[in-house]
Amino acid sequence: MAAIHKKPCTASKSSTESKRTDLKSNEKKGSWAYYMTNSPLLIVMIGLPARGKTYMSKKLTRYLNWIGVPTKVFNLGVYRREAVQSYKSYDFFRHDNEEAMKIRKQCALVALQDVKTYLSEEGGQIAVFDATNTTRERRTLIVNFAQENSFKVFFVESVCDDPEVIAENIMEVKVSSPDYPERDRESVMEDFLKRIECYKVTYQPLDPDKHDMNLSFIKVINVGRRFLVNKVQDSIQSKIVYYLMNIHVHSHSIYLCRHGESLHNLEGRLGGDSGLSERGKKFAVELKAFVKEHNLSDLKVWTSQLKRTIQTAEELGVPYEQWKILNEIDAGMCEEMTYAMIEEKYPEEFAMRDQDKYHYRYPGGESYQDLVQRLEPVIMELERQGNVLVICHQAVMRCLLAYFLDKGADDLPYMKCPLHTVLKLTPVAYGCKVEMFDLKVEAVNTHRDRPLVSIKVKTPPPMFRRNSFDPLSTKDQIKRPRMYSMGNFSPPPTLPPPAFASTRISEGIESVQREVSVQLI
Amino acid sequence: PEMLDNEDHLLENHPRELTQNPLKKIWMPHKNSHIGHRRVCMTNCPTLIVTVGLPARGKTYISKKLTRYLNWIGVPTKEFNVGDYRRECLKIYKSFEFFRPDNEEGVKIRRQCAMSALNDVRQYLSVEGGQVAVFDATNTTRDRRGTIMKFAEQNGFKVFFVESVCEDPEVIAQNIVQVKLGNPDYMNCSSEEAIEDFMERIKCYETSYQPLDEDLDSDVSYIKIMDVGRRYLVNRVVDHIQSRIVYYLMNIHITPRSIYLCRHGESDLNIKGRIGGDSGLSSRGKEFAKRLRSFLEEQKIKDLKIWTSQMKRTIQTAECLGVPYEQWKSLNEIDAGVCEEMMYEEIQEHFPLEFALRDQDKYRYRYPKGESYEDLVQRLEPVIMELERQENVLVICHQAVMRCLLAYFLDKTSHELPYLKCPLHTVLKLTPVAYGCKVESVYLGVESVNTHRDRPENVNVQRSTEDALQTVPAHL
Repeated sequence: MAAIHKKPCTASKSSTESKRTDLKSNEKKGSWAYYMTNSPLLIVMIGLPARGKTYMSKKLTRYLNWIGVPTKVFNLGVYRREAVQSYKSYDFFRHDNEEAMKIRKQCALVALQDVKTYLSEEGGQIAVFDATNTTRERRTLIVNFAQENSFKVFFVESVCDDPEVIAENIMEVKVSSPDYPERDRESVMEDFLKRIECYKVTYQPLDPDKHDMNLSFIKVINVGRRFLVNKVQDSIQSKIVYYLMNIHVHSHSIYLCRHGESLHNLEGRLGGDSGLSERGKKFAVELKAFVKEHNLSDLKVWTSQLKRTIQTAEELGVPYEQWKILNEIDAGMCEEMTYAMIEEKYPEEFAMRDQDKYHYRYPGGESYQDLVQRLEPVIMELERQGNVLVICHQAVMRCLLAYFLDKGADDLPYMKCPLHTVLKLTPVAYGCKVEMFDLKVEAVNTHRDRPLVSIKVKTPPPMFRRNSFDPLSTKDQIKRPRMYSMGNFSPPPTLPPPAFASTRISEGIESVQREVSVQLI
Repeated sequence: PEMLDNEDHLLENHPRELTQNPLKKIWMPHKNSHIGHRRVCMTNCPTLIVTVGLPARGKTYISKKLTRYLNWIGVPTKEFNVGDYRRECLKIYKSFEFFRPDNEEGVKIRRQCAMSALNDVRQYLSVEGGQVAVFDATNTTRDRRGTIMKFAEQNGFKVFFVESVCEDPEVIAQNIVQVKLGNPDYMNCSSEEAIEDFMERIKCYETSYQPLDEDLDSDVSYIKIMDVGRRYLVNRVVDHIQSRIVYYLMNIHITPRSIYLCRHGESDLNIKGRIGGDSGLSSRGKEFAKRLRSFLEEQKIKDLKIWTSQMKRTIQTAECLGVPYEQWKSLNEIDAGVCEEMMYEEIQEHFPLEFALRDQDKYRYRYPKGESYEDLVQRLEPVIMELERQENVLVICHQAVMRCLLAYFLDKTSHELPYLKCPLHTVLKLTPVAYGCKVESVYLGVESVNTHRDRPENVNVQRSTEDALQTVPAHL
């Protein structure tokens, strides 16, 4: 079983479409992400305005993409703003405003068309339809649409009757919405509350006992105090439910930093389990002061099980928890080597890593993609927790940061996570605020930039690796997922990597496209 | 200021020195103290899980399964079945009349049994170091549940209720047939008599049943399971362990199915007596793969899913089956770190201390730069979760991995786990039945080396080479 050849091909729309139907009818599975989903999934949000639908949509989408399931949000408000260039007042949303109702329905249909394109032709696996969807009529329309296209449907309804929560919602995200350019808080609040009233008139919540008992859904009640879960069909829906049940909206901050500079860092060696250098020890002392200064209540401290993070935590003088899964990426045969040594001893491996740093797996070791899988329980627990300081490693920190800042596989391995710097992440509105604290202790720079020259591979090289097959999953949102594992079937034609090559433009510098054929053993 | 002597001075100005625990390879400060070194510390205070529901709603099934899962992932858990206490007390069960709400004598005895069980719960959680206790009884009245919550509050336990609600007569009937008929209560009855009596028993509870209520019980932490998992209501999950429990309960099902476990076919390194590595199949291994294919065809398994690791030998085995399969990196064999591809004789020669430590505590022992069985279990948890969701699955994996999975299904302790027998070329068919798992072992008739190394008598680090290698199986 020496080599796998991936034939490049030009994918025309019709061929990919028929491929999709083929795949659906044969129900073949192969990728890790794919074990979770057979057919594409349409997640449909339900709820009055200011119930956190968009918050949940975006967060869920971020999480699903991070674990490797191509997901995209389709927010109906965006379509509506396209169609109706300027928003005047809540009158638009009155249920007896026929003209507006027509426009709104039209927008929904356009959005659903885009959903269809995304799931059927662009390789998406999950689409999140973010709108109020408060009437049975609308939901029936969506269910029929999904059935026609063989998509599964999962509803996420957010029900909230706590006026404080609603008011806070409006303040945090509606006041700065494009609908309210003047941003006069009081008038925004007033108009928005009237908008909600318009929907209340026709709101038909999911009815688990009769009308909607055969639908798959989760009802999130009062921001996660209670959940009703009905007819979960498969693993990915189960995972989505688990995720939604673990997130919360209480304010908290997550601090990420690396261990202090280590002896191996000084020598430019990868991996290993060395102790802190003198400067690294100094960083630990500064970190202790930093923690004190920030005066965090109930701060939890987590480390890996490698000496350098533990030594760093020891200095803080507070209880900490060791997680093996926070250990640095396993460089396998390249452990404890310098980049120069690797380049000399394993030039093909070295080149391959630069071609696709996210998917590249060290021989006998791990890839960033493996790391993400390994780190998933950490993310889940971070979502549950309050204030946490995670003392970890470069590759690990990049993966965690990518989750919080919604960075894809192309950017993740090149995120800057310098030594002796603490990143403070605070959830804000729909995203995450990042503050960087340089603790002013000198350290070596361990960051290797993206190669300047984009290596455009003429033919995908045959890959021979001691301990693995290329992990099967999608590379990014617009590529088609690979549906087959190694088997008696020829791998489906994969798209040529033009998107891959074109994103290889490192910060602001022109890339020179060169065709290089990569020689491998 | 006083002159501190050298050591004190050092302690004052430097963080504590770290040493690496030789068995688990965990870095700890010299004067070890407060750190939790495994995964997240699951619970601050112990948790009392309380089942709620009419008879024959699967409470004991859920209790036992949940207990098995929690123990496997390393959370010391024990179940306390009030029915067992009642049987202890009563010795002889006459009829459902005992459960009539107007039977004063019966009510008194049942209450005493519940108290006795709660006492044992307290003992287990507060004294014996247990972390989770599962209190398995009907607990159908708000009053009884109130008593339990008070008890928990007094002792500093968190409470989480698991209610099972089901009105489907078929499911209930099946329950009764599967687990009640074989129950000690009905040893001397015919099936019809037993079923009739049991239905009357259920009726005794029905009138006073107060299910957990959205409004009245809005401050209580619970999960309500409806119609065997068709619907769930989850209220006020407060911590990590409860969240994990909910996730687990939402993934299990009772649809009949079988799980097949086997190892890859014999590999080239197996023949040489070397551990780990990523070699291909020997010719006998290939023969096994062929036989496996015939075996599966004969079995005519409905919608069988096939999983392998990402190591060559399991994939080569699956390749011969001619059907789609899925690769899981988490199913890869235990990483033997610096001992990868070595023979036991070589490990003894180069790392005699490591070799001895491993024999002393094979479950917790971590290879230098490698993994322990304990690490493996953590790595395999998502596989178990997915196996629970699935129906018929064949898992082609490796010796240590198979031991871990088997231990989960057969409820083996961490002492037994690393020594479970998982020979090559043998398929284990696991079928859930009643509260446990039926195991059928099928040897596919292709010879192979034996890779099972028993615990030798002498595990002392000073032992002779001969003693150390006493149990090493034969190889080339």
